[in-house]
Amino acid sequence: MDFGSPPAGGSGVNRDELMDQVKSQIAIANAQELLQKMSDKCFKKCVTKPGTSLDNSEQKCIAMCMDRYMDAWNIVSRTYSTRLQRERGKL
Amino acid sequence: MDSFGSGGGAGGQIDPHMQHFIEAETQKQRFQQLVHGLTDTCWEKCMDRPSTKLDGRTETCFVNCVERFIDTSNFVLNRLQSKAGTGELH
Repeated sequence: MDFGSPPAGGSGVNRDELMDQVKSQIAIANAQELLQKMSDKCFKKCVTKPGTSLDNSEQKCIAMCMDRYMDAWNIVSRTYSTRLQRERGKL
Repeated sequence: MDSFGSGGGAGGQIDPHMQHFIEAETQKQRFQQLVHGLTDTCWEKCMDRPSTKLDGRTETCFVNCVERFIDTSNFVLNRLQSKAGTGELH
């Protein structure tokens, strides 16, 4: 690999910087997706009748729902990844 | 996308290292996107009221949900392919 070579010409963006930017933008996009899904799912589960404020039990439910959503995400990720490996082994 | 990583140097030549990086990141992102989608779908099928712990039954439901979704996707693909092969699809 050819890490750390100086940017050619000097006018171009440093390659390592560019790669870091790509990675952090992907991370931001994923966080936004998760935020949006969690809000959507936990609102549906926990705020059945929106009142004048988020009451205590609703907040508790949302907190729990977020943790369970993360659990679910991790199970799905693990299962999908194992399945992909199995499918690749079949080829 | 092939203007990526030319580094301003030899006019439009693809930097193989950069190309490899982009391909790997694209692949990872596609995986993440699918996990987001599957979690959404299976949450609707498997999740009752959120409690303090994800119980074994719910976990099994998530695992089965992912496996059967992929089976379904493979089944649909195979059937469409065989239909296309026999000229049933227009």
